[in-house]
Amino acid sequence: MEVNEKIAVDHGLKPDEYKKICDLLKRVPNLTELGIFSAMWNEHCSYKSSRLHLKKLNTKGKKVIQGPGENAGVIDIGDDDAIVFKIESHNHPSFIEPYQGAATGVGGIMRDVFTMGARPIANLNSIHFGSTQHKKTKNLLRGVVKGIGGYGNCIGVPTIAGQTCFDQSYNGNILVNAMTLGLVNKNKIFYSKAAGINKPVIYVGSKTGRDGIHGASMASAIFDDKIEEKKPTVQVGDPFTEKLLLEACLELMSDKSIIAIQDMGAAGLTSSSIEMASKGNLGIELHLDKVPCREEKMTPYEIMLSESQERMLIVLESGKEDSAKKIFDKWNLDFAVIGKTTNSKNIELYFEKEKVANVPIKFLANEAPMYDRPWKKTKLPQKIKFSNNDFKKLKFNDVIKKMISHPNICSKQWIWEQYDHTVMGDTIQKPGGDAGVVRVHGTKKAVASSVDSSASYCHAHPFTGGKQVVCEAWRNLVSVGAEPIAITNCLNFGNPEKKENMGEFVECIDGINEASKYLNFPVVSGNVSFYNETKDKGIKPTPTIGGVGLLKDYKNLMTMKFKSRGNLVLVIGKTEGNLDQSIFANVILDEKKGPPPEINLFNEKNNGETILKIIKEKLALSVHDVSLGGIMIGALKMCIAGSKGIKFYKFKNLTNIYQYFFSEDQGRYIIEVEKNNLKKVESILKKNSVHFDLLGETTDKEIIINDELTFTVDKVTEFYKGWLYKYMS
Amino acid sequence: MNSSVIIFPGSNCDRDMDVALKKFGFKNKMVWHDDDKLPQSDLIVLPGGFSYGDYLRCGSIAGKSKIIQSVIDFANSGGLVLGICNGFQILTETGLLKGVLQQNKNIEFICKNIFVKVNNSENKFFENIDKDVLELHIAHNEGNYFCSEDELKSLEDNNQIAAFYCSSDGKVDDKSNPNGAIKNIAGIFNEKKNILGMMPHPERMIDQSLSGEDGSIFFENLLKNLK
Repeated sequence: MEVNEKIAVDHGLKPDEYKKICDLLKRVPNLTELGIFSAMWNEHCSYKSSRLHLKKLNTKGKKVIQGPGENAGVIDIGDDDAIVFKIESHNHPSFIEPYQGAATGVGGIMRDVFTMGARPIANLNSIHFGSTQHKKTKNLLRGVVKGIGGYGNCIGVPTIAGQTCFDQSYNGNILVNAMTLGLVNKNKIFYSKAAGINKPVIYVGSKTGRDGIHGASMASAIFDDKIEEKKPTVQVGDPFTEKLLLEACLELMSDKSIIAIQDMGAAGLTSSSIEMASKGNLGIELHLDKVPCREEKMTPYEIMLSESQERMLIVLESGKEDSAKKIFDKWNLDFAVIGKTTNSKNIELYFEKEKVANVPIKFLANEAPMYDRPWKKTKLPQKIKFSNNDFKKLKFNDVIKKMISHPNICSKQWIWEQYDHTVMGDTIQKPGGDAGVVRVHGTKKAVASSVDSSASYCHAHPFTGGKQVVCEAWRNLVSVGAEPIAITNCLNFGNPEKKENMGEFVECIDGINEASKYLNFPVVSGNVSFYNETKDKGIKPTPTIGGVGLLKDYKNLMTMKFKSRGNLVLVIGKTEGNLDQSIFANVILDEKKGPPPEINLFNEKNNGETILKIIKEKLALSVHDVSLGGIMIGALKMCIAGSKGIKFYKFKNLTNIYQYFFSEDQGRYIIEVEKNNLKKVESILKKNSVHFDLLGETTDKEIIINDELTFTVDKVTEFYKGWLYKYMS
Repeated sequence: MNSSVIIFPGSNCDRDMDVALKKFGFKNKMVWHDDDKLPQSDLIVLPGGFSYGDYLRCGSIAGKSKIIQSVIDFANSGGLVLGICNGFQILTETGLLKGVLQQNKNIEFICKNIFVKVNNSENKFFENIDKDVLELHIAHNEGNYFCSEDELKSLEDNNQIAAFYCSSDGKVDDKSNPNGAIKNIAGIFNEKKNILGMMPHPERMIDQSLSGEDGSIFFENLLKNLK
């Protein structure tokens, strides 16, 4: 087939991009070459709209071993141990085929982590769906949860935490972000940079089929009515093969035969071979007849663009082929020498003895387009003036019931009970806490991790929202007693060609960056997902932040469970009573406007560090950060977790009870303290100039406000845990 | 005491079992599915996981693997065999244990703590155990035990039901049945009671920082009974 502009456009390239290709090559590419360009130059692989802005991110820190640019980021957790982690989106495929889309998302991110030599020790996920009233939501939720579980459970890596959000802006574009943490010896990390000429290039893992061809291009386009027709671009996962691949790769990595290794993720063999060669400033020669194929008569074009799962590409030391092959034979996996590194600096492909492609690698990698897209700043919305009339009609008990059973607040037990969260025998904080925590096997240490997003805040004001998500991740780690170390981000946005969406992206990044710098909480890995848009309707800007922290002694794990009756409950941090953009304003008052709560980074850091100090001194019995739903929801969750009640003290100096209990002012925590420790806690708080309020005291079962019983903890638990089960039954 | 844990491709609780056995004093060895001989052992364990991806049927391919004949011989000569979760499924596939494990009644994977009432008479696994209601952990998609009426009758007549799902105070009722298993059966023995297959994972409950500690009671008692 003769290539022309129309074919290039069908491949997702813009006419001027096609022209640039012809100019660079000084000829018209053949179809295989065009396919390769389209795969390397699409948004998903080239980051052409985002690169310019991602450069600004704070990626350095004392504990950062590897920042963005590799398969995953790496941080130092002491004693030669390092944690490899990353979050990645699989949004587009999951909307088209929820089970396989989600499953292969989990598979892909785990490969990114074990490619670096790390054994995966924990999975997390952040999933966003449309309105609970939307006709597709239930099926998508069920399919995604089954897919995540189906893959992670089979591999035997615990899923320790997650986040689920419903909002109508995701009606046509759900989000599935999967995160994996792996453990590696910091002296035995593997990278993707090839080195040396004439080194064998090895293909291992599953055979190549026709699934997922143009998956990365599909993920770089907006959806229309014909989206169902895109099903063949969704990959099909086989977790069993991945488990074998994991064990085989880790076995091979125990000696020194690997020079570079890269998983075949988006754009399959194309991007993996080009990335390894490009990083090593080398050429690469591949003989495509040697690629193990699962289907007959596959063409070079199909072989290069297939996104079949569970495959890896390795540049091996010469002479190590036989010993390496033995390992893959033992695990019943394909192993084929398919080419070698060269000094040509080109990618050269051969098929049936003919040269079928020859392209300088720098054209594909360095020359990929980079756009400085126009963007628009979002103005800070006017504050809403709530009047006492707004609250008059409300009945406090009804509000509590509605809030605690709201889809975005209620228990997600229906979801996480379908994930194996205890395999590997080191999960010490299961899902349902502020962060998941796993022990570093065989040591005293433990790693905490959480994943967060705040699309409503980011939508209202992207800069503040971006800051807020980073702070939320920080707080979640602090709440379990972990020292926050670093983050990974998954940047889910609409169409970057629209200046509003591009503006949201730019300003969220600025916000993330500011908080990340101030809190010394660097970004070490991440991924961008644009074009989350269907028929002109984009999602709310949704940067998802995965945070990782360390507990030096796992026995110091802090939980949010109220421990016993008669203890004091304190709110740390100042409550201003801002309701704008709170769930309360949205759900109870139907007020969706206004600015998100302000972020004061000084208070954020100071309050967090003070909480860690209180935990370290063993003065706190339980800790929980205040987030969605404010103090009331925070305190009730602590009641539910510990099966205790609370008697709220009467408070002063506030306009009304709703503002006090439901505002989402930032930088706050609730802690439980023994009465005779109050003085010590007070002195630490005062010394650090941290504001606090005495909120109340724990009871056996009763939740008491203004001396009146509202509910028992059992009743509130029913509201909290019941909603999702009912919805899904 | 010597124990051996068999690793099938796709096993994923092999390490957890190894850790648990060693913690309570077993000298444990790992055995590869493609071997044909077992090391000298007082206990053979088939661990949980997804052997051979659970393709075809859970445990069915593992039930035909090379090492299995040695396991069958070992069991038939009276050796102690323990199959947890996927291990239980494999044991039913080999015919060493009766019945089958179907998909959970709610057609979902279930991962949570449950209680079981264990049978502490005439068997080395639970005899003399301190508590007869243990809090253990399940994590499976196919744990819904089923067998024919005749098989059930012979299991009951011969005291072969090893564990029932129950409430925290030991009541065996519908409410405490997580997966729809017939008669709340969580585990069974063979006739001679030297083989135990059960869905719950004691190896995940061996430390107060984990989901609970009742798994420790199981392992400590088992070791005591073997000595």
